Amino acid sequence: MKQAPEYDAIVVGSGAGGGIAAFILATSGLRVLLLEAGRHYDPLRETPMFQLPKDAPLRGAGGSAKPFGFYDATVDGGWQVPGEPYSVADGSEFMWWRSRMLGGRTNHWGRISLRMGEYDFKPRSRDGLGFDWPMSYDDLAPYYDKTETLIGVYGSNEGLENTPNSSPGVLQPPPKPRAYELLTRKACRRMGIPVIPAHLAIMSQTQDADRLPGQLFPDNELARRVTADSMRGRAACYWATPCGRGCSIRANFQSTTVLLPPALATGNLDIRTDAMVREVTVDSQGRATGVHYIDRTTLLDEFAGARVVVLAASACESARILLNSTSSDFPDGLANSSGLVGRYIMDTVGAGVYSHIPALQALPPHNEDGSSGMHMYMPWWLYGEQLAGRLDFPRGYHIEFGGGRRMPGFGAFGGLEPLTGGTYGRQFKDDCRRYYGSFLFFDGRGEMIPNEDCYCEIDPDKVDRYGIPVLKFHWKWAAHEENQALHMQRTFAGIVDEMGGQLLSTVQTDGARAISKGGQIIHEVGGAMMGDDPRTSVLNQYCQSWDVPNLFVTDGAPFVSNADKNPTLSIMALAWRASDYIVEQLRQRSIG
Amino acid sequence: MSEDTSTRGPYPAPESASAPAEPANTISRRGALKVIAAGAALGATVPGCAPGDGGSGGSGGSAGTDAAHTELSGFNPLPPSNPLAAGTPTDPDMLAPIVPWEMVLTDEEMRYVAALADVIIPADDRSPAASEVGVPDYVNEFVSAPFHTEQLTQLRGGLAWLNRTASERFGAADFPALTTAQQHEICDLVRFEPDAPEELKPQARFFDAFRDMCSTAFWTTEEGMRDLGYLGNVPLPSFDGPPPEVLEQLGLAGEDLV
Repeated sequence: MKQAPEYDAIVVGSGAGGGIAAFILATSGLRVLLLEAGRHYDPLRETPMFQLPKDAPLRGAGGSAKPFGFYDATVDGGWQVPGEPYSVADGSEFMWWRSRMLGGRTNHWGRISLRMGEYDFKPRSRDGLGFDWPMSYDDLAPYYDKTETLIGVYGSNEGLENTPNSSPGVLQPPPKPRAYELLTRKACRRMGIPVIPAHLAIMSQTQDADRLPGQLFPDNELARRVTADSMRGRAACYWATPCGRGCSIRANFQSTTVLLPPALATGNLDIRTDAMVREVTVDSQGRATGVHYIDRTTLLDEFAGARVVVLAASACESARILLNSTSSDFPDGLANSSGLVGRYIMDTVGAGVYSHIPALQALPPHNEDGSSGMHMYMPWWLYGEQLAGRLDFPRGYHIEFGGGRRMPGFGAFGGLEPLTGGTYGRQFKDDCRRYYGSFLFFDGRGEMIPNEDCYCEIDPDKVDRYGIPVLKFHWKWAAHEENQALHMQRTFAGIVDEMGGQLLSTVQTDGARAISKGGQIIHEVGGAMMGDDPRTSVLNQYCQSWDVPNLFVTDGAPFVSNADKNPTLSIMALAWRASDYIVEQLRQRSIG
Repeated sequence: MSEDTSTRGPYPAPESASAPAEPANTISRRGALKVIAAGAALGATVPGCAPGDGGSGGSGGSAGTDAAHTELSGFNPLPPSNPLAAGTPTDPDMLAPIVPWEMVLTDEEMRYVAALADVIIPADDRSPAASEVGVPDYVNEFVSAPFHTEQLTQLRGGLAWLNRTASERFGAADFPALTTAQQHEICDLVRFEPDAPEELKPQARFFDAFRDMCSTAFWTTEEGMRDLGYLGNVPLPSFDGPPPEVLEQLGLAGEDLV
């Protein structure tokens, strides 16, 4: 007689999608094993909250070992992971960011939490390009509310086109704008560009632990209890130290401070770190039985079994696991009868400028650290122009901007020569004082339309340090994206001009030079797209494999479009919706 | 991304390994629990997170920072080092940072570096000179990094040129022996690459790179940050936006602070 598996569910990956899945499944009373490829990581003990650049090697400069700086909350990660190579096809450029730590990239992410709007779910219906989602905004809206309530997001409801409001009481108050944000808003108003409070997963106030858990989990006493305890343990932001280092007072969202502690408190969750998953196993009926993983500390191949397998290893890593899960029944990889695993991967379009704004020179000293992230941003505002065919690119972008009186770090006042003519001595000191705080960057973050030239596949010639075949990436931007990147730079140049400033970077006329590289914005999604037809999609709208009903993917892989809205919030909302569905299906015994 | 310093070095060459997969073992639930023991700490609530709970302050930052920090959040001080970190370049101990390479500049070279650093950042009525706050040590740290061999060569070539020019122009033993006016006369030749004579372009690039090193090193010290009027990296009970005098200067008085 067949022995029952030890776990109800195995979740692969502990970041945004895996953290939500582990949290929802464990609080629903299921026995869950969470496998994380990286090491154990504890933000409460490890976060360098107030450490100064001068105490770090090279003043905290980024390098190949720590691309975003010494204090960045990334362990064994970046564009290369030691011993875990990837290939890029000739003629393609692609950069793949990973980290190998509990909580994954949620420890260092930008915390920007924008909802996809109603247009974003039906892009093909609007302009005939890409694909529609097998759901509408209304299907996901309740899960956006839940996710924002749970993790804590500041922002405001402005009622702008395709920029959804949250339900009343969900968002926390946004912080007051900084001086440069107000100055930029004034110029943008004259240009018809909206500048509104940004939405970031940072708590501007403590959460109401007496009320919110009951709102989130009216029928689940266990979930209410562990959520209330977790909320009581989180402090509000004290407006200091960069979120990218992580947060030891749990004021911003990290899987390791917000999702995993209450999930563990249920007693239903086991976490195994240093577990590099290589394959999902299936039985003779084609049902998932568990996963094989390499224990990084012993290099031994281990197996764990469960009734349900949830992949949330990051979009491309989950595609890699599926493609490596070959068998006689599934020679092209698991869940791949459509042939679409690894296909239609997307990133965000990025382009920017750097500028000097004389009006910001020599301001009276004041502390504008704030939340360390944006207090304001510009949502896409030219939907009407696009609809009327007056732009040479079909989809929108939002603007992220910053600068001002930041803590000086590596590179402080480097490259001032074009402004100073190469001063040194007392004049140089005076120049630095005068220019301090007067530099602003503007970055566009735009929608990419999925195309057939952007995909990953298994490289048959290469394996990693665990003996697992690696990915090979193919990438090609289309004119849609390159034209958009050019529009970004032209627009930012106009804003800088309107502010009376000067550009310190080049506005390109060749889109290929303006645009970021594939993967560089670290918003890679797609590779296991959802849909409503098993022939043209890998998953259904509940992130469930069409081919293997007890197999789910809850990271960025299910995305069928990549709106300009940064993907993490949507990953979590989709993962929550999928997790509720898993609980329901297990209760009905229709899977597992 | 405030800490993205855009000094991305060359990517390490992709590695490949060929460790064969071992035969499958299964882990028991008990076995998994054992491995997890360290992870259980995650389930604990933040120690002493209630306001006014006391505690002895955070690590790093000024004494004022620590006091305010304690008062606001009261969370326990971070340990002096991080036992979870592997101590490798990709997983360094961020609580007790070390520079993991040997310093290579000689005492004589350091004397030249200090002299030039003080020409670029001299003392004035607001802050001390570069050499008084450790700028030469940073220059040494920078050019000693194993991935900065070209910068080391450039520095040494630049220092040698300064000494040679001191000797040729003024008959001095070396650059530090010159008067300030004489040092300025030499530096003026190379202060701005576009203006530098054709044969001194490499020296102008050296001067530019050296000025950048001094600038990074100086303005990131406590003295440098104080001089600039950087007032952050301290916990605040609320963020109140720019003060009235800032709004006034920007012509933003009366703007809605949302």
